[in-house]
Amino acid sequence: MKKWILISCLLITGFSLRAQEVNELLKQVRAKIEKVNDYVASGKMKTNVIFMKVPVASIKVFFKKPNKLKIKNESGISLIPKGSISISLNNVLTEDGYSVLDAGTAKIGSTEVRVIKLLPNDDNNEVVLSTLYIDPVKQLVMKSKTTTKDNGTYELEMSYGKYADYALPDKVIFSFNTKEYKLPKGVTFDYDDGSEKKQPDGKPKKGKVELTYSSYIINKGLEESAFNK
Amino acid sequence: MWKLLQIELFKIYKRPRTYIAFAAVMAIVAVVQVALKYDGKSYIDFMMSGLSDTFEFQNEKVLNGYLVCFIILNTLLIHVPLLVALIAADEVAGEANMGTLRLLVTKPVSRTQLILVKFAASVIYVILLLIWMAVLALLISMLIFGTNDMVVLRNDSFHQMQADDVLWRYIMAFGYATVAMSTVAALSLLLSVFADNAVGPIVATISIVIVLTILSEMNIPLYDKTVKPYLFTSHMVAWKGFFYVKSTEEGETIKGSIENLPAIGKSFFILVAYMFLFVGLAIACFKKKDILS
Amino acid sequence: MTAIVSVNHLSKHFRDLKAVDDLSFSVNEGDIYGFLGQNGAGKSTTIRMLLTLIEPTDGDIEIMGMNLKTHRKEILRNVGAVIEKPDLYKYLTAQENLSLFAKISGVKVPSHKIKEQLELVGLIDRADSKIKTFSQGMKQRLGIAVALIHDPKLIILDEPVNGLDPQGIADIRNLILQLSRSMGKTVIVSSHLLNEIEIIANRVLIIDRGKKIQEGTATELFDPVNTLVELIVADVASTWEKLQQTPWNNNLYAKEGDTILLRMHRNDIPSLFKTLSSIDVQVYSLSPRHSLEDYFLSITTQNRHVETFAN
Repeated sequence: MKKWILISCLLITGFSLRAQEVNELLKQVRAKIEKVNDYVASGKMKTNVIFMKVPVASIKVFFKKPNKLKIKNESGISLIPKGSISISLNNVLTEDGYSVLDAGTAKIGSTEVRVIKLLPNDDNNEVVLSTLYIDPVKQLVMKSKTTTKDNGTYELEMSYGKYADYALPDKVIFSFNTKEYKLPKGVTFDYDDGSEKKQPDGKPKKGKVELTYSSYIINKGLEESAFNK
Repeated sequence: MWKLLQIELFKIYKRPRTYIAFAAVMAIVAVVQVALKYDGKSYIDFMMSGLSDTFEFQNEKVLNGYLVCFIILNTLLIHVPLLVALIAADEVAGEANMGTLRLLVTKPVSRTQLILVKFAASVIYVILLLIWMAVLALLISMLIFGTNDMVVLRNDSFHQMQADDVLWRYIMAFGYATVAMSTVAALSLLLSVFADNAVGPIVATISIVIVLTILSEMNIPLYDKTVKPYLFTSHMVAWKGFFYVKSTEEGETIKGSIENLPAIGKSFFILVAYMFLFVGLAIACFKKKDILS
Repeated sequence: MTAIVSVNHLSKHFRDLKAVDDLSFSVNEGDIYGFLGQNGAGKSTTIRMLLTLIEPTDGDIEIMGMNLKTHRKEILRNVGAVIEKPDLYKYLTAQENLSLFAKISGVKVPSHKIKEQLELVGLIDRADSKIKTFSQGMKQRLGIAVALIHDPKLIILDEPVNGLDPQGIADIRNLILQLSRSMGKTVIVSSHLLNEIEIIANRVLIIDRGKKIQEGTATELFDPVNTLVELIVADVASTWEKLQQTPWNNNLYAKEGDTILLRMHRNDIPSLFKTLSSIDVQVYSLSPRHSLEDYFLSITTQNRHVETFAN
């Protein structure tokens, strides 16, 4: 009898241990993220969307807790993909209102990562499902997939350097779905240079935005006005 | 020859009609500029509607002097042939109507020279008109709306070039437009040879340009490969080619690049060929013509 | 006397119409050469061929000893012309028009020379007015100034008095005489008005339907012996009868409404007048008729007489 109890105890604690482990990992990750109240990051933004030809832009990213984020191009024009707010991860990690599911492990490159799925408890949440790929050693999110109700699925891939202690990446690749782009010819009066045009295949297209940060200014205080406009 | 050209230019300079075109350009440009200054946001929203589902952008940066000039040229260059015809179609027919042609032809000047000089004068007029347009549509817009990166929307792609990569494109574009409008001038001059009154050739030039432009812009598979490549109107819009950029594999705009320079070159040569054809025909017909006016 | 213009077998066909048909004539240096014909006779077409405005269908034109086809520029440098209406650039001033045409003619004309020309045609006080403000007569005179500005040897004036008032006609007439007499120019002047040609021309060419009818000196052609005289009276029939009783019987020519036509020597008009008053005729008017139609009529009827006699 004692033996059975012991076995069942071990089993239960085994499960709860794993759940605890995952929660612990999330807590550690969150703790790192929570260290940052605000930041201003400078960097370059590269846009890679099938129908777009865009120069690399010098940008500044402004962030303030809990989830304010703004990407600004100080000089030129930048088209910022909608939903880029999620590159901060804060909107998924700072709230408690979600269920955590352990989805085992996976590999990103040579790094073994923990896969964790987050399901918001609130049905009205814009986010339907987030999947995080966390490096348990460095306690950093390496990759995330977020499925939203209205704006499709986003993917983030991050690599870290100097600012790893603050969970701030040096490089973020943000992938998103775009629609086929078409304007009526009568509106544009294009010059037809006779070259063959690719026929649209109607499949959803992936767009990518690559942000490479050169520097962060962290926790130096940030005026609300930075997020206006 | 130079002396004759001076005389032709002097006549154009003194003719009140010349200034109608300059005033018209000023009016159209001003109308567009005022409209965009006060209601530019809704225009940009409309223009970018295909992208605003996926992207956020700053309207006021998109609407800058470079884009405004592009919008103006888009609407205006379709109408400039009318203004060019107003002068070029008048070159021979107007003189026939006024009665000065017969006096001109009895002077010790060959008819070939006369047509060449008249064509040269029309080209100079075109150049001045386009410089005027560049000053108003580009420089003034740059002053009013400032400068920034330029975005160009084609029906299937979006091109963005950096602010410091734009001006040279405009210089090329205006240069190209000069050639395109000179071709219209050559057509007007040719038609002018057959008439004793400028109205006919003006209307004829405009009708030809309109009909061919419609053919050029319509997407009818039957004409796409058979007729379109040979219409000079298909090649008149090639100035836009200077605003279509090349990109790297990763979609990054290559600074200073032109997507399809050979196509622009081909269009250029087709226009020049038409120009030679029109002027050559004008000379041949004028040489044989009995002046009865 | 050397021929400055010689035209040989010149023809111009417009489709089926023979506007000029095998025309030959020559103009001597210093002539005022009258070119006479009704409207549509081919005067303008001929003049336009002399000025290279119209390409001849056939025939040769030599001017100043050079073929017009091969030496067009050299010839035209020495020719000045006013063709039909003297149309000039109406948005330019008189002075601007003059200097513009001088330049096209390939000569440098100093501004004092332009003023002289304007003086010659009596337009010096309108030098800076635009042509659109000019009357027909002023335009005609300026047109002649333009024709003269490059100092040509040969001046061709096509219907220069058309549409002018009597004063304008007199002005032009005097100007043409002055050109010939004091400036030694050769002038070809066309008109459908016999009067005009008769007064100024020393040699005359008459054409009809593109063909030469007659060529000769004015005195040869306008023979005063055969002048047609118009007599307008109250009662045509009785006057005709009364005149038949007099020696004027031989001169009676025709009755036309209230007019009686007589063919007679012009110098005899005063004595006819005497006769008319002696036979108690109410005369409203008595004058020589100068109409080209009548002239042609007389020529063609004469020709017919000749033909009848020949047969």
